[in-house]
Amino acid sequence: MTALPETTEMVDPVPGADAPHLPQRSELVQLLTPEGERVEHPDYALEISDEELRNLYRDLVLVRRWDVEATALQRQGELGIWASLLGQEAAQIGAGRAMAADDMAFPTYREHGVAWTRGVDPLHVISLFRGVDNGGWDPVATGFNLYTVVIGAQCLHATGYAMGLQRDGAENATLAFLGDGATSQGEVNEAMIWAASFSAPVVFFCQNNQYAISVPLERQSRVPLYQRAAGFGFPGVRVDGNDVLAVLAVTRQALQAAREGQGPTFIEAFTYRMGAHTTSDDPTRYRLASELEEWKLRDPIARLKAHLSRQDKADAAFFESVEREADQLAERIRGGTVDMPDPDPAAMFDTVYAEQTPWLAAQRDEFVAYRASFEEAGE
Amino acid sequence: MTQKQFKLPDVGEGLTEGEILQWMVAVGDTVAVNQPLCEVETAKAAVELPSPWAGTVVELLHEAGTMVDVGAPIITIDVGGAAGEAAAAVPAGSGAATADEPAAGLIGGAAPGGRTAVLVGYGPRTTEARRRPRRSGAAAAARATALPGADYGSGGTDRPPLPSDDGPPLLATAPDMRSKPVRHGGLEVGRQAEAAARREDAAPSRGSAPGRRGPRPLAKPPVRKYAKDLGVDLTALTGSGDGGVITRADVDAAVAERSNGSAAPAARPATTGEQRIPVKGVRKATAAAMVASAFTAPHVTEFLTVDVTRTMKLRNRLAARPELAGVKVSPLLFVARAVLLAAQRHPVVNSSWDEAAQEIVVHGQVNLGIAAATPRGLIVPNVKDAGRLSLAELAGALAELTETARAGRTAPEDMTGGTLTITNVGVFGVDTGTPILNPGESAILAFGAVREMPWVHKGKVRPRQVTQLALSFDHRIIDGELGSRFLADVGALLHDPGVALAF
Repeated sequence: MTALPETTEMVDPVPGADAPHLPQRSELVQLLTPEGERVEHPDYALEISDEELRNLYRDLVLVRRWDVEATALQRQGELGIWASLLGQEAAQIGAGRAMAADDMAFPTYREHGVAWTRGVDPLHVISLFRGVDNGGWDPVATGFNLYTVVIGAQCLHATGYAMGLQRDGAENATLAFLGDGATSQGEVNEAMIWAASFSAPVVFFCQNNQYAISVPLERQSRVPLYQRAAGFGFPGVRVDGNDVLAVLAVTRQALQAAREGQGPTFIEAFTYRMGAHTTSDDPTRYRLASELEEWKLRDPIARLKAHLSRQDKADAAFFESVEREADQLAERIRGGTVDMPDPDPAAMFDTVYAEQTPWLAAQRDEFVAYRASFEEAGE
Repeated sequence: MTQKQFKLPDVGEGLTEGEILQWMVAVGDTVAVNQPLCEVETAKAAVELPSPWAGTVVELLHEAGTMVDVGAPIITIDVGGAAGEAAAAVPAGSGAATADEPAAGLIGGAAPGGRTAVLVGYGPRTTEARRRPRRSGAAAAARATALPGADYGSGGTDRPPLPSDDGPPLLATAPDMRSKPVRHGGLEVGRQAEAAARREDAAPSRGSAPGRRGPRPLAKPPVRKYAKDLGVDLTALTGSGDGGVITRADVDAAVAERSNGSAAPAARPATTGEQRIPVKGVRKATAAAMVASAFTAPHVTEFLTVDVTRTMKLRNRLAARPELAGVKVSPLLFVARAVLLAAQRHPVVNSSWDEAAQEIVVHGQVNLGIAAATPRGLIVPNVKDAGRLSLAELAGALAELTETARAGRTAPEDMTGGTLTITNVGVFGVDTGTPILNPGESAILAFGAVREMPWVHKGKVRPRQVTQLALSFDHRIIDGELGSRFLADVGALLHDPGVALAF
C-alpha cells in the first residue's frame, strides 16, 4: 500500500467556507483586555484623558443601573415589556460617544445606552415601554431617531437619511444600529447594497450579542458577520464589543471615513446579551449557564473599573460617587415611571401627520365630544 | 402603619396566570425595594419578582406551588408609618380609598368611569364592566358635531342600549368560560359567546339528539388519558367526584375490579393449546412494579458503546491478587464500581421522586440493586451503602446477593430501599436493552455482553473487547445533560479504569 502523496489537497466540505476573496482577519480589535490592561492596536490609536475614561465608566454604570431598574419595574407590573441591554453597555456607550453632535443615530429598540449619550431622558424611553406614548423624544434635536421595533427597517432609514445628507452637501454621518439577527433580513441587505452603491455616509453598527432571540449566530451565518461587508464592497471590522475604548476608536474612525466621502463601514461589535431577549423571554431554555459565566469574565464595566483603579486614574471616592449617582438615577426612574400620567386619548390624533389634516381634526373633535357626553367623564 | 398588596403582574405579555415556585421571604422579614420576593413560573419563563416597596412582610397570600391569576394580590407588605405615594394621593375627606386600593388615577386604582386603571402589566380587568350613563341629550349633541355623512355604522353613538336585564351580564366577573372570548374578540364576540352559552343552558336535552351516543362522561383530560391508557371505558363508570365527575380513583377502582375479575378465568385449564398462567407472587409484583414505574416515571434511555479491553485486562491482574482470592471477580463487579464512582460525582442520579411531598429525595448512600433472574422471576436485591465497600467487599456482597436470590432466600429488607440498579443483560448474550426503572429509583443501567469486535484503536482497526451500556432514567429528575454525563463517566471508567484516580 502506497502512502498518499504529501501534496494531496484536502477539499473543504463546505463550498465557499474558505473562499480566498474573503479577508481572513479573525482578530478582534481590542484596546482594553478583560483584565483591564491597556493594549495598543496598529490601526486604531486612541488618545484619551483620564477624565474621559472616568466619564465613560460613569456612563456604563448609570446605563446599567437604569436597565436593572427598568427590568425590576417590568417585574412589578409597571412596564409592559423591557428589552434589556445588560452586557452590551460598552458597545452602546462606545458607539454613542463616538458620534458628533450633528450625526444621526437610527436605533433598534435596545439602544438605551446610545439614547443616554444623545441626552434622551431615560423616562422618555421608559414611557414607550410603559405604553403611554410612542417614544416621546425629539429625534431631530437629539440626533437620535425613534426606536424601531421592525427588525432591520432602521437600516433603510439610516441609508436614506445618509443619502439625503450627501445631497445636501452636509458633513455629518448616520449610524445605523442593528443586531446579529437583523443581518438575515432583506431590508438590511438592501440598505447595505444602496449604501455601497452611493458611498452613502452611513456606518452599520451591528451588536452581535450571539442570539437572535433564541437562535444562535452559527445558525445564521457561515462566516463571521464582519466578513459579509466584503460582499457588499465596503470594509468590515470586528471589535470587542465589551471594550468601550475599542468600540469608541473603531466607530470614530468609521464615522470620520463616512464624513470624508469614503462610504460605509460595517462594524461587528462582538458582545453578549447577558440577560433575556426581553422580559418575556427565558434564556435558560436555550443556552447554558456556563456560557453566561464565561461572558461574565469579560464584563465591560469590570474591565474599565480594573483599569481605572490599577492605573490610579480613579479613587474610591469616585467609584462611590458614581454608585450614589446611580442610586439617585434609579430612584428618579422608579418614581417617574409610577407617576407617569395616562395619555390624553385625544392626543393620538395629533401626531399622525406632520401637519394636522381637516379630516383628522374633525375626527378628533367628534371623539372629544363623544367622551364628554358621559356623566362621569374624567376629563 | 400602611399596608400594601403586591398583585401578580403579567410578566410576559398576555399571560393570565403564574405558579409561585417558592417564596424568598417570610412573614416578618424586612424587605428592600427590588429585593426578590418570590419566584414565579409562567407559561413563558420562570422569573423572580422584586419587591416594589421597602417594608415588612405582613402576609404571604398564597403558598408556594399554587397557581395564581394575574392581578391577584400575592403578598402584603407593611411600608411603615410614612404613607406611600398611593395613600398620599388620596384627597382629604375621601375616606373610601384605603391603602390597599391605590387612589384614583394610579395603576390599580379606580379610574374615571368606575373601572380599575390597569394601563400596563396586570392583564385584563376583572371588574364588572358597566356602561357609563349618558348625559341627557348628549347623544344628539355628539351627533351634531359628527362629520356630515360620516356614519361609522356599529360605532355610531345612537346604537340601542345593550341588553342588560335579560340573562347574565355581558362581561361576567366570575371566572366563567363564557366570559373568556371577550378578552380576544371584543364585545361582539363576547355577546355571541354569551348567546351560545345561554342556548346551551336552555337545551340540556341536546345530548339525546340524533346521531349522538348520549352525554359524554364527565372527566378531566388527564383522567381521560389515564383511562384510555389503561383501556378503561369511561361511559361504563359512575363518577364519585363533584357533580358526577369521574376521578382518577374511579379509574383505578375499575382497573382493580377488572384484574380481580380476570383472576378467575385465568385459573381455568387451557383447552386450545394456549397456556394460561395465573398471575401471582413475583410475577404479579413484577407486573405491578413495571406498570407503576412505566406510567409514573417518564423514561429516557441513552446508549453508549465502550471498548472495555483495559478493564478486562485489569480484571485478570486483580483476580491474581491475594485480597481478591476466593471472590468472583466478574465484569459486573467493575461496572458496579464504575457506577458507584460516577454516582459520587453526580449524586442526583441516586435519588427518588416524592410525589406526595413534591420533593426530590437525593439519597445519602447508594443502595445498589442488582437485577437477578431467579427461578421464581425477577427480583432486585440491593447492597446497602455499596459506596463504602472495598472492591473485595463489594465482590463478596454481589456474589452473596445473587446466590441468595437464586436460592429464593432473599430477605425482604434486601429487596427494599434500593436507590440505583444495574441489570446485567449481558449474561444472556444480549447486547443491550431499554431497562425499566425499579420503582422509586431514578436510574438503571443495563450492561450488555462483552464481545470481541473490530474497533478503531490508536488509528488502526483491532479486535477489542467491546460492550454496550444503556442507561434509563426518570426524566422528571434527571435531565439529558446529567444522564449523559453520568453515562459518559461510567463509560470512561470502563474504557480506562485509571480514570478512577482522577475522580
